[in-house]
Amino acid sequence: MAAFAVQGVSHQPDWLSAEHSTGTSIMAVEFDGGVVIGADSRTTTGAYIANRVTDKLTPITNQIFCCRSGSAADTQAIADIVKYYLDIHQTELDQKARVKTAASVFREFCYNYRDSLVAGIIVAGWDKYEGGQVYSVPLSGMCVRQPFAIGGSGSTYIYGYCDSQFKYGMSRDECMSFVKHSLALAMSRDGSSGGLIRLAVIEESGVERVVIPGNELPRFFED
Amino acid sequence: MSSIGTGYDLSASQFSPDGRVFQVEYAQKAVDNSSTAIAVKGKDGVVIGVEKLVMSKLHESTSNRRILNIDRHIGMTMAGLLADARQIASTAKEECSSYRSLFGGPIPLKYLTDRVSMFMHAYTLYSVYRPFGCSIILGSYEADGPYLYMVEPSGVSWGYHACAIGKARLAAKTELEKLKPQELTCQELVKEVANILHIVHDEVKDKEFVLEMSWVGEVTGGKHEFVPEEMVADAERQVKAAMEESSGSEDEEDL
Repeated sequence: MAAFAVQGVSHQPDWLSAEHSTGTSIMAVEFDGGVVIGADSRTTTGAYIANRVTDKLTPITNQIFCCRSGSAADTQAIADIVKYYLDIHQTELDQKARVKTAASVFREFCYNYRDSLVAGIIVAGWDKYEGGQVYSVPLSGMCVRQPFAIGGSGSTYIYGYCDSQFKYGMSRDECMSFVKHSLALAMSRDGSSGGLIRLAVIEESGVERVVIPGNELPRFFED
Repeated sequence: MSSIGTGYDLSASQFSPDGRVFQVEYAQKAVDNSSTAIAVKGKDGVVIGVEKLVMSKLHESTSNRRILNIDRHIGMTMAGLLADARQIASTAKEECSSYRSLFGGPIPLKYLTDRVSMFMHAYTLYSVYRPFGCSIILGSYEADGPYLYMVEPSGVSWGYHACAIGKARLAAKTELEKLKPQELTCQELVKEVANILHIVHDEVKDKEFVLEMSWVGEVTGGKHEFVPEEMVADAERQVKAAMEESSGSEDEEDL
């Protein structure tokens, strides 16, 4: 068993007992006709990278996704429950669910159980009533719609970059480029983010998923 | 077509030999003896009208509403045992409230109607309860247009273009069938509904009545409200004027 003694007390590496965390960089941007969402692919237990190819972009319905940050267990459990609720909701209503509805259900759980959860979630998708929408549901359990949202530990390093690069009325491709570059910068500075970039574009016609491998990430100042 | 279900009508948990639940049918009778309520779904909204019989001159006419707000965008009226109906309204309001709380938006009427139907139906299954003695009309205006549903004491519900419940429902249905509601706006429907209620009101058997009307649609911005008093008064004036004009030709055929 991997352990050694420090001052006579047995010491184990933290990754043997630390909780899985998606110390993360996640992002979502609205455009006219849909949304672009993106995430890194690193899941850590302490300093050990438990999964370097994680998929943090989780489908809730055919046209609504969520980006997960915080505790991997908590966010997976919440996403499963919300998916279940919305599935029944869609069946009972005989209609596709609205993004606002999905965000509201996320909010109900994240707010009412906020003391027991560590979950920072971005809900994004397309519906025929309001088109592409992004809703941020951070740790506290609030729910707010934004033209673009960033989340996870890596997001702290790119607030300035995103604020300076965002423009209203960006096209689908401009949004993809915005997300890709922002996440690449976050991943290069945040130890808990890294690996590859997963993107997804959600529109009326469906979802297109793109993977940008680690060696093809945009590169910035490296000296 | 009245039949007595002797012996098989003592509780809602009994079938008769010919497959009827008499308690539910008796509940329907309570509805059929009540004063008339009608509702029409036009192209941009729903209009509800009720013939409120004046039981006593001492009653204040604006109290004891027959039309209720269930949610901002949903209006309800009823015929039958009004106290039963208020219980259903209370349940429906809770349903709307909990939907809003979880899903962050107004409840679709189709969904609410299903819940109200299930609720009313539950009371037709047991001997400890009696069925609700009322029919419920629900109307709303949503993002994809107006909706109109009616739920009977049995728990059965249908979507309607126009519906009528109460003592004059058959006469009212005949009049409603002459309309093409999909082509009419709410303002036009207000006049039609006022007209129909005046036509079907039985002057001989019943005393005077007060017309209570509400609408929800484009014209109210999706909010269920009472039709402005002046508009109702105006419509009634037009109806009475038209009736006086044609009163000369009101000679009934001899039987």
